[in-house]
Amino acid sequence: MSATRLSPLLKVWLLLGYTFLYAPIIILIVFSFNESKLVTVWAGFSTKWYGELFQDRQMLLAAWLSLRLALMSATAAVALGVLAGLVMARFGKFRGHNLFAGMITAPLVMPEVITGLSMLLLFVSMEKIIGWPSGRGMLTLWFAHVTFCAAFVAVVITARLREMDTSIEEAAMDLGAPPFKVFTAITLPIIMPAIASGWLLAFTLSLDDLVISSFVAGPGATTLPMKVFSSVRLGVSPKINALATIVVVFVSLCAAGAGILMFRSEKQRKFEIQAAMRNTD
Amino acid sequence: MTVIGIPFIWLLLFLVFPFAIVFKISFAEMAIARPPFTALFAFAEEKLSIALNLGNYLFLLKDHLYVAAYLSSLKTAAGATCLALLVGYPIAYGMARAHPGLRNLLLLGIVLPSWTSFLLRIYAWIGILKTNGLINNLLLKLGIIDTPLHMLHTDFAVYIGIVYAYLPFMVLPLYTNLVKLDESYLEAAADLGAKPWKTFLFVTLPLSKGGIIAGSMLVFIPAVGEFVIPALLGGPDTLMIGKILWEEFFNNRDWPVASAVAIVMLVLLIIPMMWFHKHQSEEMETA
Repeated sequence: MSATRLSPLLKVWLLLGYTFLYAPIIILIVFSFNESKLVTVWAGFSTKWYGELFQDRQMLLAAWLSLRLALMSATAAVALGVLAGLVMARFGKFRGHNLFAGMITAPLVMPEVITGLSMLLLFVSMEKIIGWPSGRGMLTLWFAHVTFCAAFVAVVITARLREMDTSIEEAAMDLGAPPFKVFTAITLPIIMPAIASGWLLAFTLSLDDLVISSFVAGPGATTLPMKVFSSVRLGVSPKINALATIVVVFVSLCAAGAGILMFRSEKQRKFEIQAAMRNTD
Repeated sequence: MTVIGIPFIWLLLFLVFPFAIVFKISFAEMAIARPPFTALFAFAEEKLSIALNLGNYLFLLKDHLYVAAYLSSLKTAAGATCLALLVGYPIAYGMARAHPGLRNLLLLGIVLPSWTSFLLRIYAWIGILKTNGLINNLLLKLGIIDTPLHMLHTDFAVYIGIVYAYLPFMVLPLYTNLVKLDESYLEAAADLGAKPWKTFLFVTLPLSKGGIIAGSMLVFIPAVGEFVIPALLGGPDTLMIGKILWEEFFNNRDWPVASAVAIVMLVLLIIPMMWFHKHQSEEMETA
């Protein structure tokens, strides 16, 4: 659709829409600096809740566990998701293609309580039959997170591979490059920005998950969202607002970083293509 | 071959196979054991006996709490999806018609909130909707109301929570659809003398059907089984099936009934899921 002048009504609606999306987050941040314990009545500026947050040992331990889990899950999910994306975009209609495509779209919409319960029952049954994985904890969390994150990565990668110009890959193959070489030398560099954003998406999804983690975690492992949920159930606390502020700042920095990286690599790629074009003239 | 093999086997093992186990355990009986359910198959005295306990399903049917919970989950999810569509469609339309240089920024603005914690964004609404929360404080100060409104722990709060949390999932597919819309159709309609609202109703809206379906299913299906939103914003009488499954599993420790609840939910959602999958595949192939 080409750009036309937006009608004033549409402009107002857009403004209201973005206000609806951002006002709660801004309110959360503002009240993290509130002196009073009441999160809704302003009583002066203070950073004491940040101090309290950093003295909460359990919260810090949970955050550390969640960060490690998200790093490990996102990395494995990207590896699995890129393979799945390649299968979706480059392997045509093989037998079982429909089942495969279904397995990738299902986790995008599947209610989390169902996924969580089914994975827990899988782990419990496996333990009963083959004795592994013994008990629940980091390992079962990792398996569960990799699985649902990989589906999201696969969608991002598939979309990128489908819109990519395949003539370069074909040219390389015509010149005799083996498939693996084509992938590492041609495909991988081109889809790198999509891989980076897929990794970030998987990282945030893993860091954020409450429901599936609660099912598969077992008593030994408590992730940050599990800790937050149990404390939120007891009532609102400015400490949670302080935590939310840190999360928002962290995510914004990551998004800005990813945005700059992608913008740069896109510019670099355009420049290289232009240079290559000039050489052929 | 390994390229297909690794993700295929991984997804089969961790995604499809678990459903078979849930299905199996939904026919077991609760037992005081580890794990807390009975075995379906027994082999003794050269006889293989299979005990299928249909009691869990009969229990779900007979106890009107569960039937009511399924119905109210479907109703709440459908209502919230319609609301999200009403709010989201003009946003997506406005984004698609904005200056091309502005579009990416607007898009980032929609995506960014969904990258920050879902749980914390729902938590934010507790402070806003509480009896002594921001909205009530503001309305009291302005003299519009005398007594605070009861908003938190109601179905109203659940609707707000779902629309708020899932709005980006509605807007994104609508935007990707609307931004590709061929302008010449709209010009043709205008040239033939159609009023703007008529062009919208008979040209734009039908052409964006794919985006409407994808967005609606991305909101509706997860919303039916939503747990966090009814747990934090809903009241004690808010019946949502995701919350019931959670309580059945964690509070009552009745794994077989929780499994039966999950299987029935899956059966209810299978048609919307297939619909979504079909459109998703078509969208991806035309892209």
